[in-house]
Amino acid sequence: MDLINLTIHELRDLIRNREVSSEEIVRSFLSRIEKLEDKVGSFITLTKEKAIEDARKIDKKIKEDISNLSDLAGIPVGIKDNIVTEGIKTTCGSRILKNFIPPYDATVVKRLKLSDAIIIGKTNMDEFAMGSSTENSAFKITKNPWDLNKVPGGSSGGSAAAVSASLVPYALGSSTGGSIRQPAAFCGIVGLKPTYGLVSRYGLVAFASSFDQIGPLTKDVEDCAIVLNSIIGFDKKDSTSVDNGNIDYTKALMKDIRGIKVALPKEYFDDKVDNRIKEKVLDAVKVLEKLGAKIDYVSLPFSEYALATYYILAPSEASSNLARFDGVRYGERVENYNSVEELIVKTRTKMFGDEVKRRIMIGTYFLSSSHYSKYYKKAQQMRTLIIRDFERVFRDFDIIISPTTPTLPYEIGEKKLVSMYFSDVLTVSANIVGIPAITLPCGYIDGLPVGMQILGKIFGEIDILSVAYAYEKNSDFQKRIPEIKEGIKSGV
Amino acid sequence: MAYKTIIGLEIHVELLTKTKIFCGCLAEFGREANTNCCPVCLGLPGALPVLNKKVVEYCIRAGLALNCKISNRSRMDRKNYFYPDLVKGYQITQYSNPLCKDGYIKINTKHGEKKIRIKRIHIEEDTGKSIYDGNGNVLLDYNRSGVPLIEIVTYPDMNSPEEARMFLEKLKVILKYIEISDCKMEEGSLRCDININVIDEKTKLKSTITEIKNLNSFKAAVKAMEFEEKRHIELLKHRENTLKETRKWDENKNETVVMRGKETVEDYRYFPEPDLVEIEVDENWIRDIKENLPELPDNRKERFMREYNLPEYDAAVLTSSKELANFFEKTVKINKNPKQVSNWIMGNILRWINASDMDINEMKFTHKDFANLLELINNGKISNNIGKKVLKIMFEEGKNPEAIIEERGLLQISDVSELECIIDRIIEENKQSVEEYKNGKEKVLGFLIGQVMKITKGKANPQLVNRIILEKLKQ
Repeated sequence: MDLINLTIHELRDLIRNREVSSEEIVRSFLSRIEKLEDKVGSFITLTKEKAIEDARKIDKKIKEDISNLSDLAGIPVGIKDNIVTEGIKTTCGSRILKNFIPPYDATVVKRLKLSDAIIIGKTNMDEFAMGSSTENSAFKITKNPWDLNKVPGGSSGGSAAAVSASLVPYALGSSTGGSIRQPAAFCGIVGLKPTYGLVSRYGLVAFASSFDQIGPLTKDVEDCAIVLNSIIGFDKKDSTSVDNGNIDYTKALMKDIRGIKVALPKEYFDDKVDNRIKEKVLDAVKVLEKLGAKIDYVSLPFSEYALATYYILAPSEASSNLARFDGVRYGERVENYNSVEELIVKTRTKMFGDEVKRRIMIGTYFLSSSHYSKYYKKAQQMRTLIIRDFERVFRDFDIIISPTTPTLPYEIGEKKLVSMYFSDVLTVSANIVGIPAITLPCGYIDGLPVGMQILGKIFGEIDILSVAYAYEKNSDFQKRIPEIKEGIKSGV
Repeated sequence: MAYKTIIGLEIHVELLTKTKIFCGCLAEFGREANTNCCPVCLGLPGALPVLNKKVVEYCIRAGLALNCKISNRSRMDRKNYFYPDLVKGYQITQYSNPLCKDGYIKINTKHGEKKIRIKRIHIEEDTGKSIYDGNGNVLLDYNRSGVPLIEIVTYPDMNSPEEARMFLEKLKVILKYIEISDCKMEEGSLRCDININVIDEKTKLKSTITEIKNLNSFKAAVKAMEFEEKRHIELLKHRENTLKETRKWDENKNETVVMRGKETVEDYRYFPEPDLVEIEVDENWIRDIKENLPELPDNRKERFMREYNLPEYDAAVLTSSKELANFFEKTVKINKNPKQVSNWIMGNILRWINASDMDINEMKFTHKDFANLLELINNGKISNNIGKKVLKIMFEEGKNPEAIIEERGLLQISDVSELECIIDRIIEENKQSVEEYKNGKEKVLGFLIGQVMKITKGKANPQLVNRIILEKLKQ
């Protein structure tokens, strides 16, 4: 049996029926990784021995009793390398944490372990999650499994490519401005950024605290709900964590979508978006309409300021969040220095990559007392206006649908700086507002996947999951599997 | 030429909460370096702060005791700067919206009562400690990282080092009364930064404000302020000015020395702490805290004057520490003679305590022993003088008064026949003096009484001795 192309729920059923052991599953994925990791470059760290050891333990447990088995029991997972794992290197894709081994587990990791999930490795990412292509990793470039010349998106590119290439059945990523949805869309999988506060951030190495949120990258919508079930919940260690009760999102999938009110914001379908992508998304909307959804166009007038707002606030927070990496207590440190100040300056100069330094510098500039009111404060005010924009639309509509990305996956090395920042133009608003958003494949253009984004109200995960699920059941894009080879060079 | 001194203070006080401000580590001292830490107070990647409610409560307690307005909505901010003992590269503090605002403390200056206004009180986390090992190495101990602090900022309302000292003394008493800090300056649980300058009252020329840090006692603070005051005036006199700088008190040189210049103002890039939510303080909570606030020193002083009929001076001294005031009140409950109790405390106990630099609650005897001793005196069992001796022994050795009197045979001799016997002997041995007395030299009486006391080792009942000698001399 070819286990590697199965979803979580399919693997779970095999385990429950005792048709396959966890060890067999883990070994299948490990040999798949062995075969393809060099091509795809998804992982920074692999924990093969520990994964097999854990699988054996769980097999023992399964042998004794399957009545209390979690959906994730015995199934491997890849964890983005900015989520701390006790005893396993956590680098954030940065030289400065090249050998950093955290002494504690992030809350989501604790929860996965409680579900008997098996950590198989830590996935590649843009350094400190700053980037939209995973080219900013200090260690390797991750390739898009649909075309190895193309980027997988980012910053959770390692997680997205690993799931897409069936190196793992699912992975965790983190989103600050689109870092789950954009790579999921580029890699043709499902990615969810939950409502801010639904998943604990404790143990997620902060990029921009008021935007960051951990979420699943999976092969289908049902898997997404399964993973969400096990990572949500109030955490007293995270003051911004919210108690939203114990919802079973797999049950929510069945919610009838007839009569659901869908808004299409015209700003998300204008000429900044590739026409072919728009067409695919609108085709998907037609499918939903047939299923009983009520569709209407709306306007989100402040959308044009979303990207600027994000690129002021996120670097501001980042400039402060990354101050702790000074080479004094942990992480890498330069060898020659004559004073503490020199130690800090030289370490940060040498160990941070260009994009990280760029964002620290612009964030420092925005927060400095002479520019604070012109930038940081203004952007905070704009954030409030954007939130109101969405609140207004959500008074009349249940969900918003748009393309996930304005372009198809681009060539490695093709985009830099602002043209790269533009990748986030359709995804940042969900992070600015704190609302949940999911992406799932809705078609292919030139052999490359296209993602449809569904945004919901605060704690509206049920709405977006049920619509995504209904669409998935009525399309077959999710079932396509990449060949993992180089595509035709489009000529850069 | 007249100069006016202007002093403002910033005081950091470590709170006596059980745990640190953002994690569950104990907020205690004396542990081996770096053993009282966790991912949160070490600022490890991914760790997040959670505000300790007790810290907010203690700050409100301080705010109420210092007559502040309590903010119903408040928040934490980040103060960004690099320093090895600052684990996150920022300190979580309060910038634009402190918990308490606009309070005051009253002090009694020689010109009468004066209000020193308090601008704000806010909560923040302490940093770790840099230890200089003397070989050029800096060692870091993060046990203190995350210990809760309040920072109290005054307006520049003090016009002499003496006023600043009075303010600090009063502040310390109040904070100790409300049990939020032990305020030990030597141990760093109370730290004081001073901003000082002078103004030439004629020309209105001001010297530039200098900041003084690194003060480990009130005494050092006063000396440093006096030194700076003179330095500022001297410079102004010579048409020069002070520099904008931070200075520290050098105990050995007995002067302030430059710590660092302040030409470039450090930009701390304050912004709201996104890892914490706003602090909401509702009126009921404030009322609860207010109702549970202990009686404050000023109120207690007034009550002592009213209830025990004590002079203001006595009441002020006795209420200058909560423990002392408690000791007094517990004694008076048994003894019922407040002025006597006050005299004995102020005249003896306080002198000894201050001389040996200890606390009233470190004494070896209890208020019961003390009340007992006063009863023995009042019942004529021992004299005042013997009483003092007994008290000193109690202070030094900690035994109860009866035991001491018993052991050393100090019970007063009030047996008339025994005293007559002794006095007869004295008169017999000092015939010349008796003669002199009879010739009108009345001073001799004192000498004769002294002789009786000498023989009885002070145990003779002085009133009886006086009466018997006079009777005998008349014969």
